[in-house]
Amino acid sequence: MNTKDNLPTEQDMANEPPDVVATVKGHKRLERNITLLAVATFVVVAIGGIVEIAPLFWIDNTIEEVEGMRPYTPLEQAGRNIYVREGCYSCHSQMVRPFRDEVERYGHYSLAAESMYDHPFQWGSKRTGPDLARVGGRYSDEWHVQHFVDPQAVVPESIMPSYAFLLDTDLKISDPAAMLVALSRVGVPYSDRDIDQAEADLLLQANPDLDDGDFLQRYSEAEIRDFDGQPDRLTEMDALIAYLQMLGTLIDFESAVAQEELAQEKGR
Amino acid sequence: MQAEAALGRAGLWFGVLIISLILAATARDTGFAAHATIIAVVAFVLMWMSAARFDPMSRARSFFRMPETLSRYDDDPVRWGVLATMFWAIIGMLAGVFIALQMAFPQLNIEPYFNFGRVRPLHTSAVVFAFGGNILIASSFYVVQRTCRAQLAFPGLARFVFWGYQLFIVLAASGYLLGVTQSREYAEPEWYVDIWLTIVWVAYLIVFVGTLARRVEPHIYVANWFYLAFIITIAMLHIVNNLAVPVALNGSQSYSAFAGVQDALTQWWYGHNAVGFFLTAGFLAMMYYFVPKQAERPVYSYRLSIIHFWSLIFLYIWAGPHHLHYTALPDWAQTLGMVFSVILWMPSWGGMINGLMTLNGAWDKIRTDPIIRMMVMAMAFYGMATFEGPMLSIKAVNSLSHYTDWTIGHVHSGALGWNGLISFAAVYFLVPRLWKRERMYSLRMINWHFWLATLGIVFYAASMWVAGITQGLMWREYGGDGYLVNSFVDTVAALHPMYVIRAVGGGMYLAGAFVMSYNVWMTLAGRLRDEAPMTDAAYDAEKDRPIVQPALASVPAE
Repeated sequence: MNTKDNLPTEQDMANEPPDVVATVKGHKRLERNITLLAVATFVVVAIGGIVEIAPLFWIDNTIEEVEGMRPYTPLEQAGRNIYVREGCYSCHSQMVRPFRDEVERYGHYSLAAESMYDHPFQWGSKRTGPDLARVGGRYSDEWHVQHFVDPQAVVPESIMPSYAFLLDTDLKISDPAAMLVALSRVGVPYSDRDIDQAEADLLLQANPDLDDGDFLQRYSEAEIRDFDGQPDRLTEMDALIAYLQMLGTLIDFESAVAQEELAQEKGR
Repeated sequence: MQAEAALGRAGLWFGVLIISLILAATARDTGFAAHATIIAVVAFVLMWMSAARFDPMSRARSFFRMPETLSRYDDDPVRWGVLATMFWAIIGMLAGVFIALQMAFPQLNIEPYFNFGRVRPLHTSAVVFAFGGNILIASSFYVVQRTCRAQLAFPGLARFVFWGYQLFIVLAASGYLLGVTQSREYAEPEWYVDIWLTIVWVAYLIVFVGTLARRVEPHIYVANWFYLAFIITIAMLHIVNNLAVPVALNGSQSYSAFAGVQDALTQWWYGHNAVGFFLTAGFLAMMYYFVPKQAERPVYSYRLSIIHFWSLIFLYIWAGPHHLHYTALPDWAQTLGMVFSVILWMPSWGGMINGLMTLNGAWDKIRTDPIIRMMVMAMAFYGMATFEGPMLSIKAVNSLSHYTDWTIGHVHSGALGWNGLISFAAVYFLVPRLWKRERMYSLRMINWHFWLATLGIVFYAASMWVAGITQGLMWREYGGDGYLVNSFVDTVAALHPMYVIRAVGGGMYLAGAFVMSYNVWMTLAGRLRDEAPMTDAAYDAEKDRPIVQPALASVPAE
């Protein structure tokens, strides 16, 4: 017999209390039957996730109802893709915690509703650099361009890498409509009109000379301008700055309505 | 018949080659095109090999072939696995030291491919999935054969698991540098790489369970419970966390099925249990086999094994929300996560105690046997990290530690101390047995490795504690005037010396891995270093064989 696992013998068991005997004997059934062991293991490991994650999909107050949230414009979403691609989340969180110092440093603490259209979420886990949940509108576009090209030129002590190549890289989205279709399949409420207009929307947001049609009705608070200082080109820098400049700007926390809604919110 | 099979296989690879070339040509992004090219190269090599290597004997190496000789364990995939473990350990740790230096000296970032944000997932995946994954697969194939006294059930499939897993690693690692990522920490590979890993993982489960089903021993040994829980749970986590909708079938981009708060908890349910089942349950399985073997003592308590196995796997799953304290995740979930994290301390220490107390009656070996010394240090770090973890998951502590380098230090005292050292000890155990050598080339060099690694971890963990607590306190420091004292960048500048010390610690740990590579290389070359002897566990190659007929049943399991 196998002695490595110190299996108790019949004589050992004779002197043990009944609960111990029951444990050992009961477990014998499991450890002699591979199917039983595998099924029991699966059941045991499945429970925690079911209890914790599943309710988040149907408990109503998991995500607050606040005004102002809208899906990303095609250009902002393209910028978000670049944010993900470059691994910005490795060093920057997008989640302000409800502490005095964080609220004073970054702004109102983050609400679940603010990331309701984020596929995937970008809350992050480490702040080598500052939180970016409310970076929108804090710095000028020019500041962002210079900072991406040479971070230490703007903030000498910074340890952020340079992203100068974004300024020279044309934004290539082979099919902006397909991007919106994929997002709408996972639940982002883009309208058919949004999808039809995806390519036009992408171009016009970075070019104020183009006709913006009903763009601003469909994407409230969206900003139309040349973001990277190169009006003749649509670069990855345009997209990334368009994304950063809208972060945290959709909900107006100063408005009385928002304050009232937050005050009534319970049980979170 | 045989010619047809060879032709068929070559034709199959030709088909894969053509499809991947078409995909490479029509891909929507360069990352996807590069990955399609990699697969095309692999398919071409395999096509060439199946055409060139056609002979009646190699035909027998097809999937699901039952072995012809039952007198020896099937250690070929284990040998490959040990070599891959060594290779990826060096790659992953080099990447780690590189990004550690980037944080001290940002000029080392080389845009775009070698910026911190792209190399960091390369480091984490290379050490966790490439180094850790390879030693887990290799050791599980070794252990399951010995403890079942049976050969691997599906030799062809076992080889597919090994090579398929290497392809997964290459696709994942090259993808990060090219910018192909879905940004889910420790699950960054995109949808098609995830599908590939799922196929490999199911094959792994089939080989493992198939071998258990062929066992000659009536009981399934405790190490195999842990391996089984690791394989099953990782499959569950991997599939759920990677649910996503691709933008197009010829592009790498996909979007997660979940958004915001649900996505965050799904990811950290995965992320925490990648630690819990990949880096804990799997490595506890290694502990449960290699520590008793090297100490030549039985496991301390059979009953403790039962209790701590079931409580560990039940409780670990609940702990994910402690990565999201004070976020927009509902409070009830955060509190639940915290409570279970604190409870988790107990089964974790149950495992450590069961491992350490196995040395009862053999404690002197810590002095004389460098492999035992390494194992004991690994279990000590396991105990330390599993105390620190529950402490950091308490919300009050977490409010200070979260988002800081304290977390990084915590992860590394577990990863370098526990996972690294127990893996190295397993490699030192395996290499002489797999290559039929008397012992490692040098036992004294194991001792060198031990001290380099241990001191490296001390530098690493201590500097990260100081860095994390410094940063956490500086962020929340208020002056007498009621304003925040420090701008964010002040806290960055303050950490520079700590980042330098951390890189030194990581460098020492890497140096230990180089010493090990040399030692393994010389052992493979069949050399024995002339040195003052040290203790090593006895090995009888004659007993190290599967049971083929009942007469051999009297030989104890190796």
